[in-house]
Amino acid sequence: MPRFHGQSNHAPVDIVNQLQKQYVDYLTSLFHEGVLDDQFTQLQKLQDESNPDFTVEVATLFFVDSDKLINNMAAALERSPVDFKQVDADVHQLKGSSSSIGAMRVKNLCITFRSFCETQSYEGCLICLQQVKNECAVLKDKLQNLFRMEQQIVGAGGSVPLMD
Amino acid sequence: MSSAAESQFHVLAVDDSLIDRKLIERLLKISSYQVTTVDSGSKALEFLGSRVNDDRSSSDSLPSVSPSDHQGVEVNLIITDYCMPGMTGYDLLKKIKESSSLRDIPVVIMSSENVPSRITRCLEEGAEEFILKPVRLADVNKLRPHMMRTKKLKGQEQEQEQEQELQEESVTHCEIRSQPPRQHELEIEQSQQDQSQQIQQHQQQKSGNNNKRKALDVEEGLSPDRTRSRYNGVATF
Repeated sequence: MPRFHGQSNHAPVDIVNQLQKQYVDYLTSLFHEGVLDDQFTQLQKLQDESNPDFTVEVATLFFVDSDKLINNMAAALERSPVDFKQVDADVHQLKGSSSSIGAMRVKNLCITFRSFCETQSYEGCLICLQQVKNECAVLKDKLQNLFRMEQQIVGAGGSVPLMD
Repeated sequence: MSSAAESQFHVLAVDDSLIDRKLIERLLKISSYQVTTVDSGSKALEFLGSRVNDDRSSSDSLPSVSPSDHQGVEVNLIITDYCMPGMTGYDLLKKIKESSSLRDIPVVIMSSENVPSRITRCLEEGAEEFILKPVRLADVNKLRPHMMRTKKLKGQEQEQEQEQELQEESVTHCEIRSQPPRQHELEIEQSQQDQSQQIQQHQQQKSGNNNKRKALDVEEGLSPDRTRSRYNGVATF
């Protein structure tokens, strides 16, 4: 078994390579599907030995924030009369944070959502809310997969490839 | 990467979004700046107020930035979000520029929305740059010249006269210089190019606007050694 100086825990090189390849394929698919955009890569570039969990931390903040915002929107839409300005303010915030983490599909849904707020279309808003909710759930799931794969690579003694 | 001369530039970042604060903080720290983040314009003013020396009875005509005279914290640049509840980034910018003790601190505005009239308004009010969110490392790299300029002002009061002479020559330099959206990304996408052309038109319409000039204590584009190379082929002098 090959020994790497300084590494106490590693799998054979071909396993690390395989994990890395799966990771790259998965991340690539997320870009292709439009779930993530280049901003996500920018986030990953900000990670280093001094801040090894930066991306996970930001993603976690996003999930907490988006949950709260979505709940606010739902509550506002249930009130009578609906305060569309308030809903719009929440959507604007979600649009901002999704843009900051590279969650492209969520961001684009927010753009549509805002136009329904502007026209005060109750049904349009309801539909958008549902879509945003779904999309955030999908994003969370996929990012959790991604982060798990990162952990596997690191656990096997490899390093996480950075997309260009 | 900080030499003794430019060690520890201190940036005050203002943003009501926690995620964006985290992001900007990381971007700034990676660029070797000291960072303070606050979540509102009023907190920013509070923080800045803590750096103001009480006895500003100096009769110097110059709006001197002498942080060494101040107790408390020196701030070399303020970067603020535009859209914030209560006091917007624009409101904050105005207040800073209206304050004799604060107006020399360069202010940069960030916004998720590319609204040309908003951009123009901020630049006219004295903002150095207008950066489109999401903010990237390339954007943060553009901040250093503004902070360097403020440091240079310290103890270089004679430069003022020379600058006034050269001001005439560099009117167009000033105009072109203030087109941050064009410089937003080194790899510029087509859509952003279109937008920046829109903004360029706005800038040119406002040519000869003296407000912009007042805000710039030092004419930019004068020192060829300083920053031109950073703006790889984007700014055309």
